[in-house]
Amino acid sequence: MLEFVNFYLIPGLVLGAIYALSATGLSLIYGVMRFAHFAHGDLMALGAYVALAASTGLGISVWASIPFAAAATVPAALVADALFYARLRRSLPAVLLISSFGVALMLRALIYLLFGPTPVTFPLPIVPPLVFEGIRLQPRHIWIILGAGVCALMLHVILSRTRAGRAMRAMSDDPDLARISGVATAAVIRLTWVIAAVLVAVAGVFLGLDTQLQPVMGFNVLLASFASAILGGIGRPWGAAFGGVILGLAEECSTFPLRDGAPLLEPTYKSAVAFVVLIVTLLVRPQGLFRGMI
Amino acid sequence: MTAQGGPPALSVSGVTKRFGGFVALDCVSLEVAEGSITGLIGPNGAGKSTLFAIIAGFLPPDGGTIRLRGEDVTAESPWRLHARGLARTFQIPRLFSRMTVLENLMVAAPNQSGEQLPAPWLARRQIQREEEALRARALHVLERLNLARHAEAPASALSGGQKKLVELGRALMSEASVILLDEPAAGVNRTLLREIAEIIAALNREEGITFLVIEHDLDLVADLCTRVWCLAEGRVIAGGTMSEVRADPQVAEAYLGMTFDLN
Repeated sequence: MLEFVNFYLIPGLVLGAIYALSATGLSLIYGVMRFAHFAHGDLMALGAYVALAASTGLGISVWASIPFAAAATVPAALVADALFYARLRRSLPAVLLISSFGVALMLRALIYLLFGPTPVTFPLPIVPPLVFEGIRLQPRHIWIILGAGVCALMLHVILSRTRAGRAMRAMSDDPDLARISGVATAAVIRLTWVIAAVLVAVAGVFLGLDTQLQPVMGFNVLLASFASAILGGIGRPWGAAFGGVILGLAEECSTFPLRDGAPLLEPTYKSAVAFVVLIVTLLVRPQGLFRGMI
Repeated sequence: MTAQGGPPALSVSGVTKRFGGFVALDCVSLEVAEGSITGLIGPNGAGKSTLFAIIAGFLPPDGGTIRLRGEDVTAESPWRLHARGLARTFQIPRLFSRMTVLENLMVAAPNQSGEQLPAPWLARRQIQREEEALRARALHVLERLNLARHAEAPASALSGGQKKLVELGRALMSEASVILLDEPAAGVNRTLLREIAEIIAALNREEGITFLVIEHDLDLVADLCTRVWCLAEGRVIAGGTMSEVRADPQVAEAYLGMTFDLN
């Protein structure tokens, strides 16, 4: 049991928190602008690398460098929108998807140029895990889960308690009706990019803390992020957050040795879990787990 | 008809609309007096909803002009017209189905400064005050529409008639002074229909809102409207009080074949 908590449940929650942060942004972007944002993973990697540069360059802790990560991803997203997506706003979703793929390649090339292809890690001091009744907790894992929780709470407040959030939800509900009701759609789109870019910067730093930094780190978790967003019902940010946690847990628990020592699924096949979840969701419940709810 | 010095709230002159070879509207001209409840009747396919779509900026006309209080607003975008105080409801109500009834109303309020970017963090106190005032106004409108008990319900849970009321509520929240109602009575039960009619009359009387109403229920039109225009096959065939329009032989002919007893 303890083994399950230490090696499967906690890592699953950590991975789930990262997926949730990334999937929530994808879901918001899809809801407001109706396209699958393929550059999200590379935006995540950009955030992680800028945080690394800030923390080594300025000698501050990795946690304190998160604002620097956001200060890079937010302008990157806004510039990509102004240069590319805004011009294609009236074309087919597939065209926007492909253009975001182009943006993804540009961002990745930039990361390769600036930081090189070699995987690196955040300069973290080695700290002993906290132990409660045999449950071992890495401090960074606690911070990741808490940080994701704080982000989710802030997003919830913005979406449900502010006019801006209400306008975003109105746009994702019925964009034409929102427009004719006098919602300032251009401002809502900008706000959506800001929120999604902040969330993905946090996700990038957390992913770097949990594993290591490499230029394809974000692209590697993009599929899982999309699977989470679709599992939660794309366009529903709360659903996407839940989807992320569920998927993170599913991936980590898939290798649990259920049958006398042999893992349920070989760890090499772990990333197939996202595929399976994606396919099953699309077959069984294409509108996501939370369809019919507000 | 109130005789006021200024221009009519709404004037349509010579509006034509073709869909391919089909002439949906053929040089339609009519006026809606300031502060009136004006009816727009006519058999199915007469072009009433097309005219609404053109007035509200959803469709560009092929010819003619629309004036709102004397100003040319032909082919103006729907949101600009909305900002100028012209709101419409839809024949099949259109709401934000994943939001509550109260939120549906709050979204329709004009000048949403809180939608600007840094707002939630800067000037929080002021935004909170504005937000509370907005909420109070939305609740007040809901009370007026007898929907206050449904404030927190998802919009998708309402009946068809209640959805029509929410649409009217959204128009009120936008501070519209001219409201186009597309069949407020269709598919609404008798009790709610009475209620809707009373609300429209009260809004007109107490707040001076001008209404242009498409309606098939001629008794309701007779009750509510001071002036009526009859459209048939894309042309205005009669205009006047309901009794004048009813007496018009062309109107009787246009409705012929439908089981309407006009008198």
